[in-house]
Amino acid sequence: MTTTTTGAPGPSPADADAPAARPSPSGPGRGGGWRQRAVPYLFLTVPVGLLLLLTYLPVANMFWYSVTDWDGLARSKEFVGLDNYVEIFTDPDNVRVFYVSLYYFLASFAQMAIALYFATILSFRVRLKNLWKGILFFPYLINGVAIGLIFLNFLKPGGGLDTVLLATGLDSLVRQWTGDPDIANVTLAAVSVWRYTGLNFVMFLGAIQSINSEIYEAAEIDGAGRWHEFWHIILPSIRPIVGLSFILAISGSLSVFEIPYVMTNGGNGTETFVIRTIWMAFNRNMVGLASAMAVVLLAIVLVVTWVQRRVVPEEEVDLT
Amino acid sequence: MTRALAATGKYVSLTLASVVMLLPLVLIVFGSLKTGQEFLATNPFAPPESWTNVSNYATAFTRGGMLRGFANTVVIFVAAISGTILIGAATAYALDRFRFRGRSAVLGLFLLATLVPGVTTQVATFQIVNGLGLYNSRWALILLFMGTDIISIYIFLQFVRAIPRSLDEAATIEGAGHLRIFFQIILPNLKPAIATVVIIKGIGIYNEFFLPFLYLPDPDLRPISTALFAFKGPFGSQWEVISAGVVITIVPILVLFLFLQRYIYNGFTSGATK
Repeated sequence: MTTTTTGAPGPSPADADAPAARPSPSGPGRGGGWRQRAVPYLFLTVPVGLLLLLTYLPVANMFWYSVTDWDGLARSKEFVGLDNYVEIFTDPDNVRVFYVSLYYFLASFAQMAIALYFATILSFRVRLKNLWKGILFFPYLINGVAIGLIFLNFLKPGGGLDTVLLATGLDSLVRQWTGDPDIANVTLAAVSVWRYTGLNFVMFLGAIQSINSEIYEAAEIDGAGRWHEFWHIILPSIRPIVGLSFILAISGSLSVFEIPYVMTNGGNGTETFVIRTIWMAFNRNMVGLASAMAVVLLAIVLVVTWVQRRVVPEEEVDLT
Repeated sequence: MTRALAATGKYVSLTLASVVMLLPLVLIVFGSLKTGQEFLATNPFAPPESWTNVSNYATAFTRGGMLRGFANTVVIFVAAISGTILIGAATAYALDRFRFRGRSAVLGLFLLATLVPGVTTQVATFQIVNGLGLYNSRWALILLFMGTDIISIYIFLQFVRAIPRSLDEAATIEGAGHLRIFFQIILPNLKPAIATVVIIKGIGIYNEFFLPFLYLPDPDLRPISTALFAFKGPFGSQWEVISAGVVITIVPILVLFLFLQRYIYNGFTSGATK
């Protein structure tokens, strides 16, 4: 609630009210008290209106739909209690999507490890630093549909990957990368790593570069090696951002959509939470059940975020 | 000795990672320049016979509807970004410069909304957008892009705080009303924040697939993402045309990245941690 970050030297909270409360000095403002007071509300009408309409109303409706059997079209909805929730956790096809998200969750560990490795390397002196940084980050900016198509091309039988394997004598490793249910999820999770490592990397790099360089200098005088510096200086300093990435990985792995949708359309056992929810709501007209799925996803995300806020103290949470 | 080894390892790993990152992209570029027969007959690593064979690009632009896709994306982008800037700046101005009843409630509403992931609520949001009669209209996307962008509001909030209040006060003394203060003092001083929001949100809108997929099935209204996705149908087996469509989609972002690298890095690192 403070305004101390304002450039002006320490305006007190009383001063802060001044622009709103002070009547216009030239006179006509007299009697315009209610108009003055209405000003912030007028500025907020549209933003708050849209926020309520597009975020809070849908969330409220979603809870309501989730206890009905609504098909999205009928005028009436039958109250069915918790039936939809029971179905989510008992129908094996529904439970499967949680299992699929585990692939992406595990892959995000590889992603963070790779990102951390390159962020560490590039925080020291390296030739062509900006080039490496750009190459590692750029995939993150590419359209998700394009990424799906790029890898369908790369992984199709006789595509780039197979060619590399054949040329290096690793013929035995060749697979139907997206067609074989045994490995399709691994393939898709790997594509996801390709896509998102850059973001993790740049976030880690930013955090490492903001470490005071005197700490390194002191460590170097003490004869600390790179490995030592990593464990005792770098890792502890960027723990909050690693923690944050970890939590984002959980909600991220539950809301995977584009890559499996473009590459396999959810086939070969690659259906994810979001694909299934969308399919239920818009192809099968089971809006009630789909809403219950969405409520479960929302609940998981909220719990995870709550845990994160408890575990990782946030310094930049001062948004007021 | 170990130092030399470590240095070598460093460059080897960087090179290896770069190959992994770039190889799929290079092969797509190769493929996009091959003829249909050539694509099927040659090894994916074989460079195209003619580096100037742009017929696939022509096909992608015209028959693939990418030209229309770009036009639609631009229309949606301009409208959504203008709305986002006005909404974000107005919210930040009201919340930072005024103390009024309900202020902390409003702040709380925005804060809480950051926790609700957009993909989860679309099942219900769809009913509202549909109820407003906006299904299959560009307005659905414009409204969703500008109405639910809380990160932009936070970026604006931080910048508004840094604008000295003495500027507002001086303007008030000269008889300026709040609207004039907003348009002539606040907005011009928010230029760096506006630049950040335009870049990050621009990339976000350009790459967004889920929303147009859900709300804009009409082929004439497709933005670039869904226009590219539609290639899977008619061009399903013509990988050379699909490749050209992919390259066309990536080039604008690549150009933007090359020119605005620093802003993009800063924008994403600040936006992502919020």
